[in-house]
Amino acid sequence: MNYDHILIRYGELALKGKNQKFFIRTLRSNVQQALSDYKGLSIKGQRDHMYILLNGEDPYPIIERCKDIFGIQSFSLAMKVNNDEESIKEGTLEAIKKEEGETFKVTCKRPNKEFPKSSQEMNRLLGGHILRNTEGWEVDVHQPDAAIRVEIRHDATYITSGRTEGKGGLPVGSTGKSLLMMSGGIDSPVAGYLTMKRGVKLEAIHFHSPPFTSERAKQKVEDLAQSLTKFGGDVTVHYVPFTELQQKIFKNVPEYYGMTVMRRVMMRVSEQLAKQHDILSLATGESLGQVASQTMESMNAINEVTNYPIIRPLVAMDKNEIINIAKEIDTYDISIRPYEDCCTIFVPKQPKTRPKREKILELEASVDFTQEINEAIDQVETVVYKNNANHKQDSFDDLL
Amino acid sequence: MIYLDNSATTKPYDEVVDTFQKVATTYFANPSSIHALGGEVEALLTKSKEQIASLLKIKPNEVIYTSGGTESNNLAIKGTAHGYQSRGNHLITSKVEHPSVLETFRYLETQGFTVTYLSVDESGHISLEELKEVITNETILVSLMHVNNEIGTIQPIEQVADLLAEYPKIVFHVDHVQGFGKLSLPYHHPHLDLVTISGHKIHGLKGSSCLIKKEHIHLTPLQHGGGQEHGVRPGTENIASAVSLAKAMRIAKENEHSYQKLALLHETLVNELTKYDNVKINSPQSGASHILNFSVQNFKPEVLIHALKEEGVIVSTKSACSSKDNEVSHVLEACGLSDVSASSAIRVSMSTEQNQEEVHSFLQAFKNVMNKYEKIMGS
Repeated sequence: MNYDHILIRYGELALKGKNQKFFIRTLRSNVQQALSDYKGLSIKGQRDHMYILLNGEDPYPIIERCKDIFGIQSFSLAMKVNNDEESIKEGTLEAIKKEEGETFKVTCKRPNKEFPKSSQEMNRLLGGHILRNTEGWEVDVHQPDAAIRVEIRHDATYITSGRTEGKGGLPVGSTGKSLLMMSGGIDSPVAGYLTMKRGVKLEAIHFHSPPFTSERAKQKVEDLAQSLTKFGGDVTVHYVPFTELQQKIFKNVPEYYGMTVMRRVMMRVSEQLAKQHDILSLATGESLGQVASQTMESMNAINEVTNYPIIRPLVAMDKNEIINIAKEIDTYDISIRPYEDCCTIFVPKQPKTRPKREKILELEASVDFTQEINEAIDQVETVVYKNNANHKQDSFDDLL
Repeated sequence: MIYLDNSATTKPYDEVVDTFQKVATTYFANPSSIHALGGEVEALLTKSKEQIASLLKIKPNEVIYTSGGTESNNLAIKGTAHGYQSRGNHLITSKVEHPSVLETFRYLETQGFTVTYLSVDESGHISLEELKEVITNETILVSLMHVNNEIGTIQPIEQVADLLAEYPKIVFHVDHVQGFGKLSLPYHHPHLDLVTISGHKIHGLKGSSCLIKKEHIHLTPLQHGGGQEHGVRPGTENIASAVSLAKAMRIAKENEHSYQKLALLHETLVNELTKYDNVKINSPQSGASHILNFSVQNFKPEVLIHALKEEGVIVSTKSACSSKDNEVSHVLEACGLSDVSASSAIRVSMSTEQNQEEVHSFLQAFKNVMNKYEKIMGS
C-alpha cells in the first residue's frame, strides 16, 4: 500500500467560526488553481483537514508547489485505511517500512470516540505490532527518527508520517483586495507578499514615465508580478503613464518639495483607481525612516491625500529583514536589476525629510493636477499575470 | 557509417542546431544593454537557466554557463582552491580523472597546494575508507568524476556527498560529463557543491557547457571582467550557446529512459566479444552501459581502429583528449592492468540514440577484421 493522499492542515482559518466554510472554499480553489496542470488529482476540503487524492501522481512536486499557498499550516503524506484494527495495524506497518532510521514512535488520535479502543491503547497496540513485524526498529518517544501519526476519524483512519511546514497565513482572496504601489524595488514585492499572506487578493499599480524611466524598469515590474502569482494566483497590474504629471510637478514645485508632492499625486491616482475597481485599501513597501519619503513627517504629509487604509507590512522592519524575505521569495534578483524607475529619477539632491504640511498646501494651491490625473487614469494599461503561465515568454518555448 | 565514439563527442541534434541558429540571428542584443531588445535577450537567458534548474531541481542562479567541460572543471577546481585557500591547502582527487582535472591539480601543486590522488581497485572504484583516511584539517576540495570516460566505472558520488556532510569545510566537485543524460545524480544534494556538465557529449554543440555551482559556494573567477554570471564567469553571455545547451539538456533528460536499452546492447557486446580468446574486457561489470573498453591481445589499437573504419565503424582508443600521445592509459594503469592490455585498449561508446542493428553491424565488422588480420597480427 502506498501513500495515496496529501493531508493539508489548516492554519488560523480553522478558528474562523461561521466564515470557516468560505475560507476553506477559497483555499480549495487556490490549491486547485495552483495544481491545475495535474489532471488526475482530486481535492477535498473538509471541516478540519483538506486532502489531495493523488491518484498515482508523484506527491513531492505537488507538496513543493503547495508550500507557496497561504492558509496551509503543514502537510503530510497519508494513506487512508478502514476503521478497523486490522487495517490500521497493516497500514501502520506499511508506513514504517517507507521510513529510514532506527527509532520510531506512534501517536494515535481518536476524534471518532465510537472507535472501541482509546488512543493510548492503540499506541501500544500499533507500536507492538511494528516491533514484532520489523527488524532494527526501536521505540523512542522523545526524538524518534520516524513519527507515525494515526488519526481515527469518522469516515476512515488516516496514517501519516513526516511533516512539511507550510507558510501559514490566510487563503488569498478570503479577506478582500488591495492595490499595491509597486515601483520595482526590493520593498514593494515583499510588501505585496506579506499582504497576500493575510488573505488579500493583490492588484498592483506602477507608474512609468518614458523616456525618463527605462522600458526595462517596466519589465522588472512584469517579472515581479509574475513571481508573486505563485503565492496569490493571478496578479493584475495597472500601468499608469506618469510622464505628463511628473513633468508638471517638477516644473511647478520647488525641487526639494517635488518628491513629496509627487508621492501625494501618486497616492491620489492610486486611490482613484482603487475606487474604480472596488478595491478597499492601498498597500505600500514603506519602512519607517528608510528614505526621505518615509520619515514620520513625510508619511504624515503624503498620507493626508487619502483616507483609504494603507497596509504597510514593512513599516517596522529593518532593511536586512526585508532583503531576507525578498531572497526567500525569489524577487530580490529581479529587484536589484539596475534601471531607473519612477522613484529614482528626479530625486533632488536634498529632498525634504521633514516636509511641512502648510507649505505643501500652499504650493499645491497654485497648481491643479486634476485634469492630468484623470487623463492618466484614462490611459492606464491593465495586464493580468497568471499563475503557471509564462506570459510573455511563450515565444521562447520552441527555442528551449 | 556507424558512430561508436560518443564519449569523445556526439552528433548534435538538428533541433539544437536550429535553436542555435535562430537565437544567434534573432536574439543578438547584449543582455546587459538597457534597451528593451537587451531585456528580451536577458529574459531568454533567464528562461534557459530556469529550464535547466527545473530539470535538475536546483535554483536558476546556480547555473553558470561556460565554454566546455574543461573550463567548467578548471573553474570549479582552481576557483575553489584559490577561493578557499585561507581555510587550507590540501586537495583530493583520484588517479583516474580526465586530463582537464588531473592537469589542473598538477598545476595547483606548482602553486603550493598539496594534492592526494586516490587509488582505485581493478574495477576503477575509489574506496570511501581511503577517502576518509586522507582527509585532513587542511582539506578544502574533493573532486571526483561520476562516470569514467575510458572504462565507464561509476563512482559512488552520493555516498561521497553523504560522507562529506561530516566535513563542512570541504567543497565537493563532480565531473559529470559522461554521466549526464544517462545516469542521474541527486543534484539538489546539499553537499554536492559543483557539477560539470558538457553539451557536446549529449548531442549539444561544442562550446556549450555549464558548471552547477550551489549558491553558498564562492569561486575565485578564472577571468575578470564585467560581472556577468554573478562575476564568476564574466564576458558577454553566449546566448545562442546557452539556449542550445538548455535544449540539449532537456532532450537528454527526456531520453534518459533510453539508457535502459543500452544495458541490453552492452550485454550483447560483452557476450559476443568474449567469444574471442584474445579479447579481454577492461570495463567493470558494474560499469556504465554506454562505455565498453576492451583489449585485443597482440593487436595494436591504431591498426584495429583504422581497419574498423574501413568497415564503416568508428570507435576509439582511450579518451580522445589524450589519445594522441602514444602512452599507456593512466586509467587502465591505475586499475592495475598489464602494460600490454593497457596499451592495446579500444573503447566503444554509445549514445542513447544507438540501436540493436548498429551493434550487430559493429560485431560483424569486428569479425571481418579479426578474420582478415589475425593471422598477420597474431604471430
